[in-house]
Amino acid sequence: MTLSIFIQNVMNALQWGSFYALIALGYSMVYGVLLLINFAHGDIFMVGAYIGFFISTFLLGAYGFQLPWKLSGGLVIFLTFLLTMALTAGVGVAIERVAYRPLRRKGVSRLYLVITALMVGLLLENGNLALLGASRRNFPELIPKVLYSVGGVNFSNTKIIVIIVTLLVFVFLQTVVLKTKWGMAMRAISYDRMAVPLMGVPVDTIIVMTFVLGSSMAAVAGILFAVSYPVLEPYMGALVGWKAFIAAVVGGIGEIRGAIAGGFILGFTEIFVATVFPSTFRDLIAFGVLLLILTLRPNGIFGIARRTKV
Amino acid sequence: MKRSFLCILLVLVVGICLSSNVRAADMIKIGFDIELTGDIPKVGEASKYAAEMLKEQINRAGGLKVGSKSYQLNFIYEDNETKAESAAAAALKLITQDQVLGIIGPQASKQAIPAGEVADANQTVLITGWSTNPKTTLDRPWVFRACFLDPFQGPVLARFATEELKAKKAAILYDIASDYPKGLAEFFKEAFEKIHGKGSVVAFETFTTKDRDFSAQLTKIAASKADILFTPQYYDEVPLIVKQAHELGWKKPILGSDSWGSAELMKLCGNDCKGLFFSTHYAAAGAKGTTKQFIDQYKARYGYEPDDVSALTWDATRLLLRAIQNTKGLTGDLKKDRKAIRDQMARIREFDGITGKMSFDGRTGDPIKCAVIVKISQEGKFEFYKSVCP
Repeated sequence: MTLSIFIQNVMNALQWGSFYALIALGYSMVYGVLLLINFAHGDIFMVGAYIGFFISTFLLGAYGFQLPWKLSGGLVIFLTFLLTMALTAGVGVAIERVAYRPLRRKGVSRLYLVITALMVGLLLENGNLALLGASRRNFPELIPKVLYSVGGVNFSNTKIIVIIVTLLVFVFLQTVVLKTKWGMAMRAISYDRMAVPLMGVPVDTIIVMTFVLGSSMAAVAGILFAVSYPVLEPYMGALVGWKAFIAAVVGGIGEIRGAIAGGFILGFTEIFVATVFPSTFRDLIAFGVLLLILTLRPNGIFGIARRTKV
Repeated sequence: MKRSFLCILLVLVVGICLSSNVRAADMIKIGFDIELTGDIPKVGEASKYAAEMLKEQINRAGGLKVGSKSYQLNFIYEDNETKAESAAAAALKLITQDQVLGIIGPQASKQAIPAGEVADANQTVLITGWSTNPKTTLDRPWVFRACFLDPFQGPVLARFATEELKAKKAAILYDIASDYPKGLAEFFKEAFEKIHGKGSVVAFETFTTKDRDFSAQLTKIAASKADILFTPQYYDEVPLIVKQAHELGWKKPILGSDSWGSAELMKLCGNDCKGLFFSTHYAAAGAKGTTKQFIDQYKARYGYEPDDVSALTWDATRLLLRAIQNTKGLTGDLKKDRKAIRDQMARIREFDGITGKMSFDGRTGDPIKCAVIVKISQEGKFEFYKSVCP
């Protein structure tokens, strides 16, 4: 393998890992607060991509409906991101309100919540299939593609944008969770859900906040994914979502750093295995590596063992 | 109270069953085992649309005349979800529960191979329109098809790459988990190496169904110094492969197979696919005679140009109807009728379809027919480039 091919694959892996990392963040945030594995998250990512598709095509005037003023390309991108994040966050919060909160109020075991999450995920997938049909959607070229070629390494501007956005999201969330009062409340809830409300922390508001953050990050991932791989289908979130969940576990679920690290580790192993071995070996070796990491560190790379109270 | 309610229900159910039986007497039921949802829903839609059009045409003209009696056609559509196991289940349901006389579909080889086995074991004629993998009909006297085979398509493409694209080295990217791409990739490799010698296929890269990122494989291909990239994939993967290849610095031609020819390809692919070539069953642009009639009718009804799956479904269904007509009268005994249809199917030697002339040798269920090489024009139309006959 020459150097240029190696660097090329590093770029490929960074981009591919970014998607896992962005989705894993959502799993980690919700788990960090509620200790709930929100299996619907991969499908919230899919919903984000679809919402992004409808908003961007609407703004670009594809429905025969012309906006009274002409939007510049940059504004379309900005508005698409903003509106998609807001709407997807709404979907995330609605799921929490309708599916998770009533169960939580009844004080049922977390197992039922996880199963509910799985069902919500299937509901989103099949609801989309029933509503929009099975035909594929072509995501518009939101960000005009520019190709660069530096010393035999080829990459597009979307690759760079994906990687940079992922790092920005990481820094943003890390600051929110570690440096703000909201973040402190989030961390406190996961320690003791009984005592924290007694301290005057509005638990429900914090939980809603968490879903807003997690779902809007899924929306960002959805749009970026759709820009990079512009064929949308109702089941696009299922497999990526599952793998991102595994990435979150490997990194140490509940940890922002862990989600990012796990996502990139999975991205790198998948790309480099496919470079060296036939692609049939990819999942085999990638998950073998992850299993090894978990054997050595059962709580994930950044996870801390926590004793549960009986 | 409860019991009397149940009794009424039972009477109603029995009544409905009986009434449908009475109606079924002058009706011919044909099952369609097609890809209505899943990875390639456009294929299922195109098949269904073509079938609906044919059904309406025949029913409006008074039905299908078999012997001295006219029958109305009843088509039953089963979704196989583009999954092998669902395709087999759908075929079984059509045979046992819906009691159809024959089955059209599945269209993709991954589904057609298992469904063909079910039909063959249950002694019901199955005709696939689009499945080009040899295994679909191999040693199965009850399974037929309306298209050419991959052992023919592979060499056609290899010769085309050599003669027209002046390729000396080729790269191949295909889905190893799907029968059709895997089979065709191997046939192409074999034919290409026969012309250019061993080692002329410099990259033979694989991925698995549902993959969205091919950057690792395409990086290898871009560095391999191949002159063309051959990728026998379906229309939902082709845009991603072509776009990513271009992003990774691939500027040479990309060659495809008949699975590219969906009406949806250009909607998903846009500028990146323009100027590329693929082999297919017929070209809509510049068609004449009955083919043109079919295209115009389809376009007027559904608003887009029919792709090869629609045309092949039309031909496959007409083949089956021809066989039914040739039985000179149905007995009403399902087993006997199915057998008679199979015997008549095997007796058809020449058939003038809208996708070209087909000839059968009577020993296998595979027709001998020509392939068409299509070029995607700058307007995004599939233009006739060349016809290759065996």
